Amino acid sequence: MTLQIVQTVDARGLSCPMPIVRTAQVIKAVPSGQLVEVLATDPGSVKDFAAWSRTTGNELVEQSTDGGVYRFVLRRK
Amino acid sequence: MDQPLNLVLFSGTDDKLQAAAVLTAGAAALGKPVNVFLQYWALDAFRAERIECDHGLAPEAGDEGRMAVDRLRSAGQASWSETLRQAKELGGVDIQACSLSMDLLHLAPADLDPLVDGVEGVTAFYLNAGEGQVVFI
Repeated sequence: MTLQIVQTVDARGLSCPMPIVRTAQVIKAVPSGQLVEVLATDPGSVKDFAAWSRTTGNELVEQSTDGGVYRFVLRRK
Repeated sequence: MDQPLNLVLFSGTDDKLQAAAVLTAGAAALGKPVNVFLQYWALDAFRAERIECDHGLAPEAGDEGRMAVDRLRSAGQASWSETLRQAKELGGVDIQACSLSMDLLHLAPADLDPLVDGVEGVTAFYLNAGEGQVVFI
């Protein structure tokens, strides 16, 4: 199944906790079930997005790293 | 997650305010309510005409700490006031000035940055704090 990403949060270069804060702001406006992609360079974001996903119920459906850029795909609860 | 996080900000240096802003924004992103109570030098840092100024660092920072903080800022780190603004946009963040500190510093509500939602006494702070953790910075 191809994942349809409706919005991308470019949080590259932002330090903790801004990648999460930006994502929380953006995802509020996204319809339930839709996917949001996040790009970040903060190494702490790996554990942060896992924790944020567990706590808020927005599912972390994909995660990868490419040359110091962390990519997360989240499904809006 | 229903109990709020309650931060009492006393110190007015940029490093401690930055740490407090990060804790606030992280909690707000998780949907946790945050009550921020501003006392003494932290309240002084929220004066409308001074909020963007350099408020220095805690003494333990030293010269090396100063350089480290400056490096992070030049790499684009958001200031503590900007971090708090973003946190407030997420909702659930209430920032109150301590009324005793308002008297101490001869401040009127109009002297404060719009980030501050109001003025209250310590009793109101504890009432809103409920069973949530209270953290003093």
